Amino acid sequence: MSLLQVKNLRVEFPTRRGTLVALDDVSFEIAPGEVLGVVGESGAGKSMTGAAIIGLLEPPGRIASGEILLEGRRIDNLPYEKMRRIRGREIGTIFQDPLTTLNPLYTIGRQLVETITTHLPVGPGEAREKAIGWLELVGIPAARERIDSYPHEFSGGMRQRVVIALALCAEPKLIVADEPTTALDVSIQAQVIAMLKTLAREKGTAMMLVTHDMGVIAETADRVAVMYAGRISEIGPVRQLVRHARHPYSQGLMGSIPPLDRRVERLQQIDGAMPRLSAIPRGCAFNPRCPRVFDRCLVERPELMDAGTTRASCWLYAEGAPA
Amino acid sequence: MFSFIVSRILQALPVMFVVSLISFAMFAYVGDPVAIMLGQDFTEAQRVALVRDLGLDEPFFVQFAKFVGNAMQGEFGLSYRLSRPVAELIAERAPATLELAFSAALISLAVGVPMGIYTGLFRHSWLSRFLLTFSLVGVSLPTFLIGILLILVFSVWLGWLPSFGRGDVVRIGWWSSGFFTVSGLKAMILPAITLGLLQLTLIMRLVRSEMMEVLRTDYIKFARARGLPNRAIYFGHALKNTLVPVITIAGLQLGSIIAFAIVTETVFQWPGMGLLFIQSVGAADIPVMAAYLMLIAVVFVTINLIVDLLYYAVDPRLRTGRGAGH
Ligand SMILES: Nc1ncnc2c1ncn2[C@@H]1O[C@H](COP(=O)(O)OP(=O)(O)OP(=O)(O)O)[C@@H](O)[C@H]1O
Ligand code: SF4
Ligand SMILES: [Mg+2]
Repeated sequence: MSLLQVKNLRVEFPTRRGTLVALDDVSFEIAPGEVLGVVGESGAGKSMTGAAIIGLLEPPGRIASGEILLEGRRIDNLPYEKMRRIRGREIGTIFQDPLTTLNPLYTIGRQLVETITTHLPVGPGEAREKAIGWLELVGIPAARERIDSYPHEFSGGMRQRVVIALALCAEPKLIVADEPTTALDVSIQAQVIAMLKTLAREKGTAMMLVTHDMGVIAETADRVAVMYAGRISEIGPVRQLVRHARHPYSQGLMGSIPPLDRRVERLQQIDGAMPRLSAIPRGCAFNPRCPRVFDRCLVERPELMDAGTTRASCWLYAEGAPA
Repeated sequence: MFSFIVSRILQALPVMFVVSLISFAMFAYVGDPVAIMLGQDFTEAQRVALVRDLGLDEPFFVQFAKFVGNAMQGEFGLSYRLSRPVAELIAERAPATLELAFSAALISLAVGVPMGIYTGLFRHSWLSRFLLTFSLVGVSLPTFLIGILLILVFSVWLGWLPSFGRGDVVRIGWWSSGFFTVSGLKAMILPAITLGLLQLTLIMRLVRSEMMEVLRTDYIKFARARGLPNRAIYFGHALKNTLVPVITIAGLQLGSIIAFAIVTETVFQWPGMGLLFIQSVGAADIPVMAAYLMLIAVVFVTINLIVDLLYYAVDPRLRTGRGAGH
């Protein structure tokens, strides 16, 4: 059974000038221990998806319809207190900027211990030992001496390791990692990702890994979801999607990807810009930019459909499409 | 730590210099103390003797140096009006003002901080809206009017609390305290509320906006994402970060509470330094005015130093070089 199932998720932002649909009909699954990479242009809804999963959408954003299930239980409609117990304990979160995600006035040890004692039935002494263990696992040198240091006493890379320890320390089954290395120095991004990947594999933790770095996706993810304008445009196994993307948007994204062992920093630019939420075109949201657009794309909206080895929301893979 | 304190004191020196210059300039240029002290009938010999006694025949800089030297020993000469040592007068009046200021600060913190937290957390609740409106009143009504209104309601109409004076005081050494008698405590209530109300509303608004600011930060979002209970997030993570700026403002306000006690003391005939100052202004009693000014300056400088030290205690980022601070 899937660890996480997201079914037809729709997130809306009521505004004065009407309702914005930030996520529309988003569906995907993550199996235990699996790493799902999520890519897409800025504003595609990647962070929004993560926020919806952990139940921390910024008001007035709200889940308008759809379901989110963790091990078969619905978690999208839980009361605050029940969901709070799931956050950290069953779904860990890694934020982007380690310089701002740690409370500057608390030692890292205190932040780890409070997280552990909140979720696990251990006393403060045992929690502290566990905290030291986690700091060692994420690669903080001299963890036993440094546990009582404050965040500002660490470098950015070290702080992100602390954040990762915080996300993992109550042993969640799923990690939502939203661009965990984007804010880091390029020279240490690879180390941190490698450490995260190794730890997740050792602990059997599944991961939703949002990133702009296709190199990271290629090295880390088992499957990839490509998002565009609040929808999933294509989802499938990493090799197939990177080498043989089916959706024209993914093809554009992957087009400039060099062989898998080389890294690129940003996604290739596709002509034009993603539509604003208030002006998503009728039919396929990608149609103004699509090189292969045809009449059906302008009126009917494609849902995810089989496109060979991946699933894509593109009319090219429906019956009767132009050759 | 030690060098930090020393550098702060050095920074305060120019301020103190300017204030003493102003205080001293009052001697030289405001009023004519000789005329005031001699009254109507005097001989030329008496006048010359008095001028020499007061040191008024010496050059400006010598007089200033003497003034500063004396001031550093707490020596401000004789009050023109009461012919008693200024230091003695101030020491007599200081406890009343300090106890009043302390009570006002306590009220403004003890009520303002929780109100700020509440209105920051529950922004849209009915009570929050009410408190915010109420705080506008607190900010916009002048102090003397609040004092008079309180007297009208609680002294004149209800007759619960005294409208003037300090009640009975207990002497502890040279200090006279109103905290240990019922009438002293009752007399404290209205003046302390009057004096603290403005600060209370300012602190409430400050805590509220800081709280809202802090709740938007990434580390609070991360604390939520870690599944910490709201109690720990609000009263641990958020409050502690909120308090950093609150300490500064509250500290500065304690200084201004002491300074602004003048109005409240006048309204309630509170026998403190502020009332002494007002009476001295009326009589052009320059030594008392000068001493009061200097004292207020010292109070501000001291409070600033304490605020910096508190910062240092609360915010680990300022404690560079671990071990030094422990
Ligand atoms: N409070 C809000 N009100 C209205 N729209 C919002 C709000 N917050 C986010 N959005 C919109 O939701 C969409 C999805 O944003 P999201 O942050 O998920 O993008 P993203 O894919 O994570 O982009 P990035 O790569 O820049 O992080 C964006 O178009 C954004 O403008
Ligand atoms: S549905 Fe049409 S417009 Fe959309 S991606 Fe496919 S071909 Fe392009
Ligand atoms: Mg994002």
